[in-house]
Order: sequence, then C-alpha cells, then structure tokens
Amino acid sequence: MAKEIGAISWKDLPPGTAILEPGSSSKLKTGDWRSMHPVTDYECCIKCGFCYIYCPDMVYSRNEEGFFVQDYFYCKGCGICAHECPKDCITMVEDGSDG
Amino acid sequence: MAKRVAMEVSIALSEAVKQANVDVIAAYPITPQTHIVEHLSELVADGELDAEFVPVESEHSAMSSCVGAAAAGARTFTATSSQGLALMVEILFITSALRLPVVMAMANRAMSGPISIWNDHSDIMLARETGWIQTVAENGQEVYDLIFHAYRVAEDHGVLLPIIVNMDGFTLSHVVESIEIFDQDVVDRYLKSYEPVLRLDPKNPITMGPVGMPEVYTEAKKAQDEALKASRPVILQAWKEFGDLCGRYYKPVETYRTEDAETILVTMGSIGETAMTAVDNLREKGEKVGVARVRLYRPFPMREIVETLQGAKRVGVVDRHMAFGANQGPLAMEICSSFYYAAQRPFVYNFIAGLGGRDVTVENFEEMVSDLESLESGKFSEFYKIINVRE
Amino acid sequence: MGTATEALKSFKGYNLKKRLPLEEPLAPGHRACQGCGEVLALRQVMKAIGNNVVVASATGCMEIITSPWPQTAWRVPWIHVAFENAAAVASGVEVGYKALIRKGKIKDEKTVFMAVAGDGGTADIGIQALSGALERGHNFVYLCVDNEAYMNTGIQRSSSTPYGAMTTTSPPGKKSIGQRTWKKDMPGIAAAHHIPYVATGSPAYPVDLMNKARKAAMVEGPAYLHVYSPCCTGWRLAPELSIEAARLAVETLVFPLYEVIDGRWVLSKSIKKPKPVSEYLKPQRRFRHLTEDDIATIQAEVNKRWEELLARVAQDGGEPAKEESPETE
Repeated sequence: MAKEIGAISWKDLPPGTAILEPGSSSKLKTGDWRSMHPVTDYECCIKCGFCYIYCPDMVYSRNEEGFFVQDYFYCKGCGICAHECPKDCITMVEDGSDG
Repeated sequence: MAKRVAMEVSIALSEAVKQANVDVIAAYPITPQTHIVEHLSELVADGELDAEFVPVESEHSAMSSCVGAAAAGARTFTATSSQGLALMVEILFITSALRLPVVMAMANRAMSGPISIWNDHSDIMLARETGWIQTVAENGQEVYDLIFHAYRVAEDHGVLLPIIVNMDGFTLSHVVESIEIFDQDVVDRYLKSYEPVLRLDPKNPITMGPVGMPEVYTEAKKAQDEALKASRPVILQAWKEFGDLCGRYYKPVETYRTEDAETILVTMGSIGETAMTAVDNLREKGEKVGVARVRLYRPFPMREIVETLQGAKRVGVVDRHMAFGANQGPLAMEICSSFYYAAQRPFVYNFIAGLGGRDVTVENFEEMVSDLESLESGKFSEFYKIINVRE
Repeated sequence: MGTATEALKSFKGYNLKKRLPLEEPLAPGHRACQGCGEVLALRQVMKAIGNNVVVASATGCMEIITSPWPQTAWRVPWIHVAFENAAAVASGVEVGYKALIRKGKIKDEKTVFMAVAGDGGTADIGIQALSGALERGHNFVYLCVDNEAYMNTGIQRSSSTPYGAMTTTSPPGKKSIGQRTWKKDMPGIAAAHHIPYVATGSPAYPVDLMNKARKAAMVEGPAYLHVYSPCCTGWRLAPELSIEAARLAVETLVFPLYEVIDGRWVLSKSIKKPKPVSEYLKPQRRFRHLTEDDIATIQAEVNKRWEELLARVAQDGGEPAKEESPETE
C-alpha cells in the first residue's frame, strides 16, 4: 500500500524524485470514478473510429475485425463516445445494471 | 603545464568555461557579469568553443534553458548577478531538486533598491536557500580554478548538484590580474566528460519533475539534504586532487596568521585580501590578529569554522549584506550557531560592511579589531554594527 | 523562407479508417476530469507526434493530471519545471541535444522537441519565454492547449478567456458581465514572429488536428499549435458535450481552423453557413448570464475577426487545400 502511493524511504527515491517507469498511471483504475458506461451495438457499428479518437481515456481499441471495443478499466463514463457516435450505436448504461 | 597571462578576471573565467568544454551556455547580460557572456559569445562565434550559446530573453529563461539542457545530458553554464539571480531564483530551487549539475558564475552585486550595480553579497545570501553548492573566490586565479572544481564536483555521481562560483562584481570581475592558464591536457586530466545518471531520452523515457505529493515531499527534501551533505567529502577530495595537479590547494576556510591569534576577522570574497594587509599592519604593532576567509559557503563549513576560531578570544565577522529584521548578518548568525553547542566559544560580533560597492579599507578592518576589544567588555543592545556609514 | 512548404512536400495525412495512428504516448489512468477536452486534444496530438519526442510541460492541468507521484501518464521522456518556462526548458533540451549530437556524444535520431502549456502558461505568464524561443528559431513544437482560463488553480481568468465568460476572477455581477476583454490572438502573435508553421486545431476535428501536429513535427524551426480544449468543469458543460462544444466553436466561427505556412495564411475549413454564436454559447453555463445584447456584441466581434481572417487568406491566394479539409462528412 505504501509503495503504491509512493510513500517510500528517502533512500529509495530516484535522483530528483524522477519517475522511472513510463506510463505507470495505467495502474490506476479510473473506471472506479464512473456511474455509467458505454455499451456498443455492433450490429449498427460502421467502424468509423470516432469513439476511439474521441475518448480522453483511451478506453477503445480496434479488434481484428476492425470494430472498436471497450476496456472499461479506465472508462470514466463521460459519455462523449455515446454522444458523438454518428450512428447512435452507443448507449450509456448505469453501472450495476445489466449491460 | 600552464602559462601565466595578464587578463581580466571575467575573461579568465570564460576561458575556464571554454577549457571545460561546456556544451550549452544560456545567459542574459547584467552588469557586472557582461564581460563573461560577451567573451563566451566570441569564443563560440570564432569556433574556439564548440557550444550552443543561447541568448535567452531573461535570466529566468537562462536558468530554465540550463535545466532543459542539463536534463538532456549537456554540460551547461550560465552567469548572473543580483537582480538576474533574483529573477531566476524560482528555478534555482528546482535545479537542485532535480539534481542537475549546472554551474553558474555570479558576479556578486547588490540587490536593488536603490538600484546598484556595485559589489556586495546580497545575491549570495538570496541564493543560499536554494540547495546549490556555493564557493567564493578572492582573486582571479581562484575564479579560474574554481570553475574546473565546480564541474568536477557537480557532475560527480555521488553529488549531482548545481554549483555557484562567486566572485565580487567589478572588484574581481573587471580587474586585470596575472593568472596561470592551464594547458588543455592538464584540464582534461582533471575533468572528464559529463556522464549523466538520468537524462531525457526517448530510448529510456522518464518523468522529471512530477507532482511532489505530501507522501513524498519530505523524503525528497531529505534526499536532497543528504546529497548536499555528501558533497562535502567530494568537494574536499576534488580540491586535494586539484592541488596535486598544480600546487594550489584550496580549503573550505582559508586561514591567514590565525594559529596564535587572539582576534580573528572572518571575511568572504575579495575583501579578505585587504584584511590580510590589515592583519600584517596590526601584527607589526604587536597585535595577535588573523583572518579566516570562507571559501566554501554552502554546505557551510562548520567544522573548519569551529577549528579555526575556537582558540581565539574574539571574532569579528564581516557580512556584506543587510539582513533586515534579523539579529545579525547571515554569516555572523551561522558562525554563532556553529558555536552554540560548544563548550567554549569566542566572543563574536558582526560588522556590516561593503554594501553596494563601498570599499572596505585597511583602516576599516583596523577599526573593527579595536571595536571588538571594546565591545567585548562593554554593553551593547544590537549584535551588529554597520561600518563606515555616514551618521 | 519556404522551409515549411519544402518540408511538408512529403507530408501524408491521417485517416480514421486507413491511416489511424495507434501509438499512445500518453497512458490512461491519468487524473483528468471525465470528459476533459484538453487531455483528449493532448492525446490526439501525441498520437501524431509519436514516441520519438522529448516533452517539456508547464505547470497546469495537463502537467498535474499526468504526473502525480509516484505515477506518470507519460510514456515518452518528459520534464516539468515551472509555470512560465515551458518554451525555455524546451529550448534548452533542443540545444542540449544539438550540442551533444554535433560533438558526437549521442546519435541524431531526429527526435522531436516539444513544449506543452495551457493558455495561462502561453498567453500570460509564459508569453515571454514563448516569444524568446520563437524568435531564436529553436527547432521545436509548441502546443498550447487552450481551455480559456487558469483551470487547474480553480477557473481564474486568463487573457485567453473569451468576452463575457464567467471565471472566478471575472465573475458576472451587478457591475460586471464577466470577462471584459476579448480573447488574445495567440496564433496571430505566434505568426507575427514569422515562424515557419502556425496552426489552430480542435479535438472535434481529430484528423485535421493530427495532421497539423505531424506537420509541426516535420517542419524545421519553431511550430506553434493552438488547440481549443473544452473544459467541462470550468465551462460548466455536461461532459458528453465536450466535443460538440469544440465543433460548435468552429461552426459558429468562434474558433476558426487555419494554418500559417511560411507566412501564408490557409483556411483549413471554410464555413459556408456559419451557425449563430448563440448556439455555441447556450450549452455552456459560463455564458448563462449574458443578455441578448451581450450575445449580439459577441456575434459582431466574431464576424469581424472572421472577415479579417478571410481577408488574410484571400491576400495569400488561399482556398482551403483539398487534403487539409477535415474528415467529417
């Protein structure tokens, strides 16, 4: 726990309190912040890529078939993707409900 | 090995920077440092120094660019004085916190206001909070020598701290002195190339200067404090090796006729040489006087101060800075505190002198010595006295 | 002159389907607010810039949310020093590399040097360092992510805050309509330094923005990118409307998209039927207090600045070049 929040001995600090592990923020589950999450109807998806490019939290990635799929670990539930999807394929669903 | 040349001290300093083969110079002109940056510009323009000279638009950007360059892995240099130091001081704290071995020459000058281009130590005192190592030169040779020492110490992997080399503005920077200039191979034996421990490199991406959450800030400061303390043996060793190289051995506190002295004056910077003349005069008259000159200001050489002064009956500390609202000038306070826990301590009094370029004369020093004798036995309400002020 | 034009001859544009940059130099898990338009803009720019970059950031939202000890969202080398000196730090990194390469200490990998700052760190406290770096001609990309106030310290006004906007230091009240002055023209100021490349961008037009970021990196010398960055928290905007606000800014002419390439002004998107500025203002509660008169005043100034821009573009013989136009069909 102490190490996770960086509460370590002064002797273990890198010089200048530099952070040596690139992209280590990816350990934080910002998905815990949300109350809703986006669900995509892939029947209607045209693989345009807007959900991917409009996500501030890099939730989407492109799968082998070219669809853009969510990894909810980081999703803050902002709703941009659902709002911007040109075909209205994405719905914001409450966390904890089915979907 | 070396050749003796008469040259202006600022020029000699620039030559040392050239011989240290710096990679980046980012500097902004300010009287009385200008000859340094001008000469460095010429050296770069003529291809004598292969470095990037960045004519930044302010001192704040000078230090910021030095930080960027040092973080990229370059050996960097800058120079400034009073107002310029004040403008960049925000970044000085960060340079040392980031553990970047920037070397800066300071042509010591009074802080405004009123605006003064002349010499005193208010810029040294402003910088003392910043975590930088500070050395102080008394003459041109020392200015030249201390530059090599600075890079050698700063870049040591056990140190990695920035260093200010102080020289009195005008009084040193603008005088012509006889200086022994090393042959390049001598410098190359003393100073190796800079090998950074951490640098900004896409092949090994690190984050420098993150947010210091409360969980880490105290530890970060402790780490910095320990680094500054650990620099002391490196500083001493580097001076020893410098001495082995050329015969000039530097010490954290230089002493002159202090061994059997009953009265010791403590100075910093070029007035030390005048004090030595006063000491000789007084010695002629049978007074047992000596002078201790502080060469290493940060980290403060408490051990050498105590060793040098403890045998004396009375000590007159000269500060060239008004510490408003304080009990005494900063050097005096630090010397008093050095003795606080000691079983035995000399009588210490503080003289404020040489503000804003006012000369400190042989007579002034003689007056300080006689003042000390009367102060020691008398009563006084203030712990400092401004010397040579028109009442 | 002409160096940018020359360098950009080999430029190839991005495309969401066929040429989508997949790198993410910025990692998720950063602490931005949900729906943050600024981190989205930064993400898009970094994707186009790639991993061979050294970034110097100013204090501000993007610095704070990406570097809370002990974690960092940066997968590329990054340094933060202070608020007003991103351009000076980046200058130092650039010359450091230049010297080390020339002296044979490191290899030349054609690394891009970047400074990132908000509108505060660019137009106000950072303007001196920026101007100096542009004038000295350093080879770097300066990214201003503009959310139109000092957001990280709590929504205080900057010189980039638009007329009439509510901020905590330009609050509307009985004697005030909010911000009394007009948004400082930072891209114009950058262009006045006669640098090879200046561009405005918006995360609502990601292909256009990524193209511009790539071009900025390709150009030798200073490149200035001014990117409109909606801030839901500071603008009192629903998070899902971030992109829509950025789009409306362009469609209502509030934030035109253009480039200045070797001093030649080029419109990126020609807006034939601009929407009224009220459509842009209404969803943002920072403008809620404005009267119809205030809105008319804003509309007049927006129109005036647009006409000025069109005149400069016409002077340079410009129609928006075909490959510049954004992808949204």
